[in-house]
Amino acid sequence: MNNVLESLAQLFGRASRKPRKNELSPAAQKMYFHKKGEKVTKAQLIALHDEHHKNSKNKWRKRRWLTLIAINLLFVVSFSLDIQLLEGALTASRFMGFHMADLNSALQVMLAHKTVLINLLIGIVTVFIMWIILGGRTFCSWVCPYHLVAEWAETLHLWLAKRGWAKNYTFHRGVRTVFYIIFALLAIVTGYTVFEFISPTGILSRAIIYGPTIALVWVALLLLFEIFLSRRAWCRYVCPIGITYGIVGVLSPLRVTYDMTDCKHEGDCRAVCLVPHVLDLTIKNRSTDVEVALGADCTRCGLCVDACPTSSLNFEFKGLTRKPVKDPSLENRPLMPDSNESLVGKEPSAEPSAIKEQEQEQSSEQQSK
Amino acid sequence: MTDSTMHTQEDPQNPEARPPVAKKAKGKITRGPGRRAQEARRQFLRSVALTAGVTSISLLGFVPLPSDGKRHILRPPGALAEEDYLASCIKCGQCVQVCPVNAVKLDDMDSGFGIGSAYIDARKQACDFSCDGLQCVLACPTGSLTHTLDYTHDTRMGFAIFDKPKLCLAVAGKGFKGLARGPDYEGLLRYEEIDRWNPIPLNEYPYDVEICDLCVQACPIEQRYNQCQDGKYPSGDKNQCPPERAIGLELIEEKNGVRHMKPVIYDGCVGCGVCEMICPTAEPSIIIDYDTLTKRPLSEHYIAKSKKGDH
Repeated sequence: MNNVLESLAQLFGRASRKPRKNELSPAAQKMYFHKKGEKVTKAQLIALHDEHHKNSKNKWRKRRWLTLIAINLLFVVSFSLDIQLLEGALTASRFMGFHMADLNSALQVMLAHKTVLINLLIGIVTVFIMWIILGGRTFCSWVCPYHLVAEWAETLHLWLAKRGWAKNYTFHRGVRTVFYIIFALLAIVTGYTVFEFISPTGILSRAIIYGPTIALVWVALLLLFEIFLSRRAWCRYVCPIGITYGIVGVLSPLRVTYDMTDCKHEGDCRAVCLVPHVLDLTIKNRSTDVEVALGADCTRCGLCVDACPTSSLNFEFKGLTRKPVKDPSLENRPLMPDSNESLVGKEPSAEPSAIKEQEQEQSSEQQSK
Repeated sequence: MTDSTMHTQEDPQNPEARPPVAKKAKGKITRGPGRRAQEARRQFLRSVALTAGVTSISLLGFVPLPSDGKRHILRPPGALAEEDYLASCIKCGQCVQVCPVNAVKLDDMDSGFGIGSAYIDARKQACDFSCDGLQCVLACPTGSLTHTLDYTHDTRMGFAIFDKPKLCLAVAGKGFKGLARGPDYEGLLRYEEIDRWNPIPLNEYPYDVEICDLCVQACPIEQRYNQCQDGKYPSGDKNQCPPERAIGLELIEEKNGVRHMKPVIYDGCVGCGVCEMICPTAEPSIIIDYDTLTKRPLSEHYIAKSKKGDH
C-alpha cells in the first residue's frame, strides 16, 4: 500500500528522496556495504554492456517501435482497405468489433458532456483492464504515435545539445498534475473537450488515418520546442494522458524491475529515460531493497533495459517471470535476523574504514549536487 | 529535506538533464544553496509560464478561424444539438469510416474545439442515405450521433430552403440536359435502378429533363415515399416509409399572373443536402439551412423535431 502511494506521489510530481537507513532492508544495506569503494571505468562498462547485449543492442526499442508502427498502421490499412479490423482512431476504436475507448479521451468527453456515456462503458472497461494487465503507461511508449516522433526529436535534441545548439530547460514535474486538473476543470466549465484541441496524440492518430491536417503545424511546433528548448517537454510536463494511464498502471503486474546486485550505479539508464525520476533508485543508497519495481510513471519502454550494462533492469510480469538466482553465494549468506536495525550500524567494529569511506562518499556526493 | 527534494528534481546525476545554469552562470552564484535556490526559483517561474502558455493555446479553440469553404457544414445524421455534440464527440472518425459515399469528414484545428469532429459539406458530397441503416449512427461510440434514431426520416440535419429562386432553372421554365455538376465533379449518388447497393459517381449519370426537377428526383426521402406509395417498402420494411413528403415541384402563380414551376419543401425534409449537392446551377439555388454563427439549423422544424427525438 505504501509503495502504491509512493508510486502515485512520484507520478504526480513529487521528487524522489534518499531513504533513511532504517528504511533500507537488511539485505539492501548489506549489499550497499559490500559495494563500497567499487569503481568502474567507462571501458569496463562498455565491455560489460557488449557482453550483456551481444545478441541485440536495442532489442526492446526495436520491438517497441515495430509494435507502435504496426498498431498505427493497422488503423490505416483497416480503413484504406476497408477490412474493418481496427476502425476509428486512438481516441476510440473498434478492434474486430470490440469497442475500445482511450481512457483519457473518454474521461474528457464525460466531463464535458456531464453524462456517463453508457455506449462508451464497454470500451472503457475493456481498455482499462487491458492496460492494467499491460502496464498503464505502456500505452505511451508502445502505442502513442507522438511518443515515437518525440523520440526521434529527442535524438536530434541530444545531438544539438551536445554541441551547445540546444538547451534543456527543465520544469517542475508537478506541473503535469496541474495541467491534469486544469484540463479537467476546463472540460467541466466550458463543455468542450479542450484538451483534444491540442492533444498531439489525437491529432497525429487522425492525421495518419484520415490524411494530413492543419493541426500538424501545432505538433511540429511542439517538436521544435522539444528539440531546441526542453527535452521531451510534452510527455514529461504536460500530457494528461500519461497521468491517466499512470494511475491505471499503478497496480500492474507488468513492470521493469531493478536488481541492485550487479548494478554499477553509473547512471546509463537515467540518461536515456523519458522519466528518469523512476530510476532514481538506481543511485547508490536509494533503493530500499535488493529488488524493486519501478514506479507507475515508468512507460515500460525498455530503453533502460537496453542501456543497462549489467542487466540489472528487466521486464517482469509479476507471478509469471521467474528470476534466475544470480549469485548463489549471496543467497546463502546469512542476513540479519528479522530486524530493521541498520546493518551497517551493527558492524562498525568489523570494518570501520569501509564505513568511513561510505560516509565520505555520501558527503562528496551531496557536495557534487 | 526540502532542499534535497528540489535537488533531485533537477536530476543532478544526469548530466544531460542538468539545467543550463551551471555552465551559463559564470560570475554568478554557481555553487551551494544559493545557486540551488536560484535555479529552483527559475524552474518554478518557467513552470508557471509553461502552464499559462499551454493553457492559453488550448483556449484558442474558442476562436475558430473564419472558413468560408465550410459555410454550410452539416453534422451527420442523428447529431445532438451542437453544444452537446461537440462535448460528447470523442473525435475518432468511426462515422467517417462506415460512410459508403464518404460524405462524413473530420474537422480541422481551424474550427476550434470542433477539431476532429465529423461534418458533412453537402455541396461536395451529401449524405444520400445509401447505407440505408444509418451506419454512422450505429458506429458512433459515444452517442454523439444519437442512437435513438431508427429510420432515415427520423433524422434532422437541417432543413432545405429555396435560397436563390432567380437562379433556379425550374422557375425560369428551363429544362436540364447533361451532367448535373459537370464532368469533374467527384461526388457519389445512389441510383436504385442502376445499383441498389453501390453509389456511382454523379458524373456518370447524365440527365435530360424538360423542366429541371433534379432536386426532387434525387431526394432520398421522396424516393422512399414514392416506393411506399407503390407498395414497395424500402428493405421490405413498412416502418422505413417516411410519413411526409420532403420536396416537390409545384405550379406557382405570381401576383402579376406569371405561372411557373417552383420547388417547394415540405415537412418531411431531413436536411440531408442531396438537393444542394445535385442542383446544377453554378451556385446552388437550394441549400440546407444552417446558422453559421450558432452552427444550428435555424428552422423551427429542427427544434420541434430534435425535441421529439431527444433522449
